[in-house]
Amino acid sequence: MYGKKYVFRGDLALVIAGGAGQGIQTIESMLAFLAKRGSYHVFATKEYMSRVRGGCNSTELRISSAPVSARVERIDILVALSGDAVPHLGSRVGDRTLVLGEREVVGREDMVDMPFTSIASEIGSPIYSNSVAVGAVVGLLALERGLCESAVRELFAPKGEAVARDNVAAFLRGYELGSKLAGEVQVDIGPPADVAGEIMLTGADALSLGAIAGGCNYVCAYPMSPGTSLLTAMAEHSRKFDILVEQVEDEIGVANMALGAWYAGARALVTTSGGGFALMGEAVSLSGMIETPLVVHVAQRPGPATGLPTRTEQGDLDLAVHAGHGDFLKVVLAPGDLAEGFELMRAAFDIADRFQSPVFVLSDQYYVDSYYVTPAFEVPDRILKNATVRTSSDYRRYALGSPDGLSPRGLPGVGEGIVCVDSDEHDESGYITEDAGTRRAMVAKRLAKVEAAKSAAIPPRLYGGEKGYRTLLLGWGSVKGPVLEALRVLGRDDIAFLHFPWVFPLPPGVGAYLDRAGTLVAVEGNATGQLADLVGGATGRRIDRRILKSDGAQFGVEELVEGISASAERGRRE
Amino acid sequence: MRDNAFDFEEKRDIAWCPGCGDFAIRNSLLGALKELGVPREKLVMVSGIGQAAKMPQYVNSSFFNGLHGRSLPVATAVKAVAPDLTVIAEGGDGDMYGEGGNHLLHACRRNPDLTVFVHDNMIYGLTKGQAAPTTRQGTHTPVQVFGVAAEPFNPVAMAIAMNVGFVARALSGDIQGTKEIMKRAIRHKGLSLVDIFQPCVSFNKLNTMQWFKANTYALPPDYDSHDRAAAFAKALEEIPFPLGVLYESEDRRSFEETLPVYREDGTALRERSLDIGALRDVVLGMR
Repeated sequence: MYGKKYVFRGDLALVIAGGAGQGIQTIESMLAFLAKRGSYHVFATKEYMSRVRGGCNSTELRISSAPVSARVERIDILVALSGDAVPHLGSRVGDRTLVLGEREVVGREDMVDMPFTSIASEIGSPIYSNSVAVGAVVGLLALERGLCESAVRELFAPKGEAVARDNVAAFLRGYELGSKLAGEVQVDIGPPADVAGEIMLTGADALSLGAIAGGCNYVCAYPMSPGTSLLTAMAEHSRKFDILVEQVEDEIGVANMALGAWYAGARALVTTSGGGFALMGEAVSLSGMIETPLVVHVAQRPGPATGLPTRTEQGDLDLAVHAGHGDFLKVVLAPGDLAEGFELMRAAFDIADRFQSPVFVLSDQYYVDSYYVTPAFEVPDRILKNATVRTSSDYRRYALGSPDGLSPRGLPGVGEGIVCVDSDEHDESGYITEDAGTRRAMVAKRLAKVEAAKSAAIPPRLYGGEKGYRTLLLGWGSVKGPVLEALRVLGRDDIAFLHFPWVFPLPPGVGAYLDRAGTLVAVEGNATGQLADLVGGATGRRIDRRILKSDGAQFGVEELVEGISASAERGRRE
Repeated sequence: MRDNAFDFEEKRDIAWCPGCGDFAIRNSLLGALKELGVPREKLVMVSGIGQAAKMPQYVNSSFFNGLHGRSLPVATAVKAVAPDLTVIAEGGDGDMYGEGGNHLLHACRRNPDLTVFVHDNMIYGLTKGQAAPTTRQGTHTPVQVFGVAAEPFNPVAMAIAMNVGFVARALSGDIQGTKEIMKRAIRHKGLSLVDIFQPCVSFNKLNTMQWFKANTYALPPDYDSHDRAAAFAKALEEIPFPLGVLYESEDRRSFEETLPVYREDGTALRERSLDIGALRDVVLGMR
C-alpha cells in the first residue's frame, strides 16, 4: 500500500469496469442487493458499448445513508476487471481513487492487488471470482458479515446447493481481504437508513408497473435499445397479468397494430427509441385523425440516425412535439424519477383515452437502466378502464357539438351501432368527405382538444425557491436527480428548479414562474436546448443560458454544480 | 327497402370509375356476408389506401380505414382483442403486396383469423397508372417508360410457401364464383388470402376483362386443394392462371389460439379487469 491512506466519508461512489461479459453486472447487482440488505440507499447506473463481448463498460454504484438518485463523476473505489478499465475512465480515476483488482490484469502500480481469480480457483472455479470481488468490497465497507453471508446464500440458492456453498466461500475469502485493508482504507458511509420497506427498481421497472396500473393489456414493439427494456419487463409481467405481448415485424406495423388494439377496446403500449419512433410518424398522425388513443414510450438515445445506440440523450423532444403531419393534439410526458415514471405511465393511458389522442412518454437510456431505492408506489384502488360507450343504432363516431371537441368513443361489436374511423377527412359518421364546411368543423373539433388537454395538464413542479429565487433552472426528464443533488450541494436559496413532468402542450401558468426569475437557465441532455426553445417560443421569454450535454452520458453532479453556479453568477453580473 | 343489412338504405356516391371491377367484387362480398349470416354489428372491415381500400366505405358495417399498406397489423390486433368479431382486410395489389408487403409476410407467419381480399388489377389506379407489384414484365406505363423490368409478385405461390391455410384466386367478373370463394375464405379459421383479378378500365388497357378471360381457367372439380406441393406447382402456373381454391388446410392454429392470454380463459381481452392485489404484490416484491 506504499503507506497511502484513503478516507471516504459520506456516500461512497464505487465503479466496476471491464469488458462486456466479464461479470460487471453480477458484481453490481450483488453489491446493490447486499447494500440494501445492510440498510443503505443504493443508486446504480451503467454505461456500455454497443457490443456483446469485450470492449470496456462500467457501472457506477453509490451507497449512501440518504436517498440518492444521481450519478457523480468522482470515483472513490474502482473495481477494475481488465487492463482497459483505468484508461477507459480517464480523469475520473484520480489520486484519491482506490483501485482494486488483479495487478497483472490491470497493469497499474498504484493499486491494491487482489487475486480474485486465483482465490476463486482454489475454491473450485474461476467463475467464483466475482463473489470474491463482492466480498472484498463488502469487507471494506464493513457491512455485517453474517447478514451478508446469508444474503449471498439466498442469491445463489436457486442454482443449487454446491454453487451456493462455493459462492459463499468465495465471498467470505473476499470479505477477509477487504477487512484487512481497514488500516489503510477508512470508509464511513454514515448510519444505516430504514430502507426495508422501500423498493429498488429500474426506470423500466417503474414504467412497466405504471403501465399495468394504467390498465395496459396489449404491448407491441420492435426491439430497439434502450426501449427494449420496457418490452422485456412487460413480457415478464405478462405471465401474471392479462397482457398480450407481440413482437411486430417493424415499427410501422407496431404503431398501426397498437391503434387497432385501442380501436377494438384494449389499452395498448408501444415502446421504442428515436429511430423507431421516427418510423411511426404516419401512424401518430393517423391517431390524431381517427381520434384513437395511442401510448408510445420513447427511450431516447443519441442521434441522429443510429447515433450512440447504448448511450443516453434527451434529443427527441422536438421530434415528439412535431411528430406526425397535420394539426392535432399530442401530449408529451417525461418522468424525472422513479415515482414519476409510475405516476406518468399510469396517467398516460387515461390521458390518451380521455382525449382520444396520442400520448408519448419520453425517457432515456440513463432513466430506463438506472436503479435506486425509493418508497414503494401506492397502487390506487381505482381500476382504470376505457371511457367508451355502448353504441346505439344511430351512433356517430365523430358527433360534433361538444365544446372540448370530444365525441363519445364506441367499440366495434359493443352495442347496436357501427364504429367507422377513416384516415381521410370524414363526416360525423366516419364517411369520407371533401365538403369544406365539414372540414372546417372537424379541424375545429380536433383543435378544441388541444385547449381541453392544456387545462387538464399536470403543472410543472418547483423545487426550492420557497422565499423567491433569482435564478430559475428549467429541466425535463432524467436531469431531475442530478439537478436536485447539485442544488443540495450548492445550498443556495436564490436558485430554484422548475421541472416539467408534462412537457407538451406547455401547461398554462409557466410564464408566472419565469417572471419571478432574473435569470433563466435550461439544463438539458441535448445539443441545442429543445425545452428552452419550446418554453421560449410558448412564453415569449428569452432563456438566458443553456447548460447542455450531448456526449452520451448523463450529467454528473459535479459538472452541474459548476455549470449552475457559473450561470447564476453570470446572470447576476448581467 | 334493401334486402341486405350490409347495403345502405339510401344511394351512395361511390368514388369508383364506371365499369370498375370493384363494383362486382362489392356485389360478391355483400352476397357472401348475407348468405353466411354474419351479424352486421360483429363485422369489422379494415383497409389501407387505394380504390379497393375504399370498400369499407361502401359496406354498412364498422370499419377502420387506415394508412396505405397497414391494414393487416390493425386487423390482427382487432381480432386478438375481440375474437368474437369477423374481421376482413381488403385492399389492392399496391396496398397489400407493395406498401404492405412486409405485413403480409408476417401475417402469413402469425396466422390471425382474418380474411384478406386483394383486388389485383396489375396496375396502380388511384395514382393513375404506374406499375404495381403484379404488373406483367414489359408493360409500359407513364413511369416505367421502358417497360416493367421486375418479376411480378406471385401472391398465391408466396402464401402456399408460407403454409397459409386458405389460398384462392378469383375473377371479379364471375360474381357467383367469387362470392362462393369469399364464403369459404371467411369461414376458414386462420388467415385466408383471396387474390381477385379485376380489370382497371381507366389505367390498364392491356389486362382487360377479355384478357383475364382469355388467360385464366377454372380448376377442375377433381382438383385436390389439400395437397400442398401440388398446390404450389399449380400456383406457379401463369398464362393461363388457374382460378379457384388452390390450397386449404386446417392444420395450423390461429394466432389467437396461440396467445397465452387465451390459453385458459376465452374471455375477450377487452372485457377483462386488472387484478390490483396482484399488482400490489409485485410492487412490494421489489423491496
